[in-house]
Amino acid sequence: MPIDPALKRDLQAKAVQVRKLILQAVHKAGAGHVGGPLSMVEIAVAMYFKILRIDPKNPQWPDRDRYVLSKGHSCIALYATLALRGFFPVEEVFTYDAMNSRMQGHPDMTKTPGIDMSSGSLGTGASPPLGMALAAKRLGKDFHTWVHLGDGEIQEGQVWEMAFVASQYQVDNLTAIVDYNRVQQFGFPKDGNVRRRVNPLVQVPEKWRAFGWHVIECDGHDFDSLIPACEEAKTIKGRPTCIVAHTIKGKGVSFMEGDYNWHAKVPSPEELAKAFAELEAAQAG
Amino acid sequence: MAKLIEMRVTWGETMLELTKTHPNIMILDGDLGNSTMAQIVAYNAPDFYMNMGIAEQNMMGVAAGMASVGLIPWLSSFACFLANRDLDQLRVTVTQPKLNVKLAGHYSGILTGKTGKTHIDVGDIAILRALPHMTVVAPADSVECRQAVLALTDMPGPAYLRITRDAGPVIFGEDYRFAIGSVVPVREGKDLTIFGTGVQTTRAMEACDLLASEGISAHLVHVPTLKPIDVEGLVAAARKTGRVLTTEDHNIIGGLGGAVAEVLGQHHPVRMKIHGLQDCYGESGPNDAMLEKYGLTPKHIAAAAKALLNKAR
Repeated sequence: MPIDPALKRDLQAKAVQVRKLILQAVHKAGAGHVGGPLSMVEIAVAMYFKILRIDPKNPQWPDRDRYVLSKGHSCIALYATLALRGFFPVEEVFTYDAMNSRMQGHPDMTKTPGIDMSSGSLGTGASPPLGMALAAKRLGKDFHTWVHLGDGEIQEGQVWEMAFVASQYQVDNLTAIVDYNRVQQFGFPKDGNVRRRVNPLVQVPEKWRAFGWHVIECDGHDFDSLIPACEEAKTIKGRPTCIVAHTIKGKGVSFMEGDYNWHAKVPSPEELAKAFAELEAAQAG
Repeated sequence: MAKLIEMRVTWGETMLELTKTHPNIMILDGDLGNSTMAQIVAYNAPDFYMNMGIAEQNMMGVAAGMASVGLIPWLSSFACFLANRDLDQLRVTVTQPKLNVKLAGHYSGILTGKTGKTHIDVGDIAILRALPHMTVVAPADSVECRQAVLALTDMPGPAYLRITRDAGPVIFGEDYRFAIGSVVPVREGKDLTIFGTGVQTTRAMEACDLLASEGISAHLVHVPTLKPIDVEGLVAAARKTGRVLTTEDHNIIGGLGGAVAEVLGQHHPVRMKIHGLQDCYGESGPNDAMLEKYGLTPKHIAAAAKALLNKAR
């Protein structure tokens, strides 16, 4: 069911702002990831501007919903979203990767307001959210925990250890979101072409179902699809839910979309200008 | 003859005791509860116990998440798994964010009940000592083990407790007081200083008797906390005799010997010998035969002490 059109317009405008901040920050830092962050923009915006129970003025609020970005290399998208949501000043996003910055190259919960768990070594961010969800039940707290996984990341065995244990304990206050963009850092040749490289992992929804999870598929760039999926996830009882969000790596910039070369590449001034023009044109259109 | 008690039983009983005073305790078990004695809690206080299955990487991460919400998770598994299988999870999600996670490393050292080399970790102290923010404790007996469990539970931050499988002599009395980061003088002497850690300290006590029968007076100091190490205590004990022997049920690289050498090399250089496993893996076998083959008996410690003294002359 489509969401309120005014809300949708607002969220779409936020998504454009986040994309611009990602590209600018990586350009300024001369380092960082681009493709993965652009892939997760709508998910982060949906979380922080609609789904999560949070208070930007009190990032350590014990009863807040938890959101863990397990694909930690995409953290610039999260920093941009947290800044726009008011966790820290937007200008601070441009200190990304700088010495003594709170905007570390991978998420550091000891430094950045709003980061619920350190992550970056892929797979290691998958399990702490399960611990948070189990702890919530143990302590009688009603917060919901979200874990955002990359589809490349779920090649890590730890993710499936987590999937088994979460199912065993019927953890229904935990939702995983798989950012299913089908491209990883280098990947595997597609159809024998060594220059065209993809993540060959298939039957992703079936894998989660086989582990006992409720599975919802959605378009990870369409708020009308994404937000109802998140809301449904919170209503499922007796088992954890996995949202398989179909996404596009590098989404929003034509020459970055689907290209593994943009996993971690710094846009030149010309590329930055072209990307901004495309984002603005799409927003106006 | 000293009373013999299994440290793992003491650990399990102390955990059960803690469930009555610490409502936020949670034991996470790597499916070894009937070996590690986590079963004592599983049977008697099931709300404080969760089997995490044969999945240590996930278990470590779950502990991190629980600690971030205010629980005090105690992980229970074999030392060989806790120090290796989930090391990256420990590094990134526990020690880097300094989360309040405790590790009970059972079946440490070479006496693991005839399991063979896969289940013998000769390097857990070296590995875990190298992680910033980590506390590492190896108790000598049941009395110290119980006090260490209580102290580590109430200390904020990540900690590792090195637990031995089989029954060992109780060397400390009820008046003993364990303090994290402090060495414990065991026996006064003047010819050389022996530093022991874990249950190897109990064998070092016997070695002191052997040495005494040959007219050698050894000053024995127990080092239960490998990190943070007691710099002042080590230096003072080394200063007493000017010669130092370390002995441990662990590789001679990176363990107690390494820790003591790091301290004395910088603060009070003395002639020193490191006794322990000679950079090798273990095998399966009965305890007595294992100690004999791998050179960890009191007799071997005494021989190492004499070698140090001869070299020093």
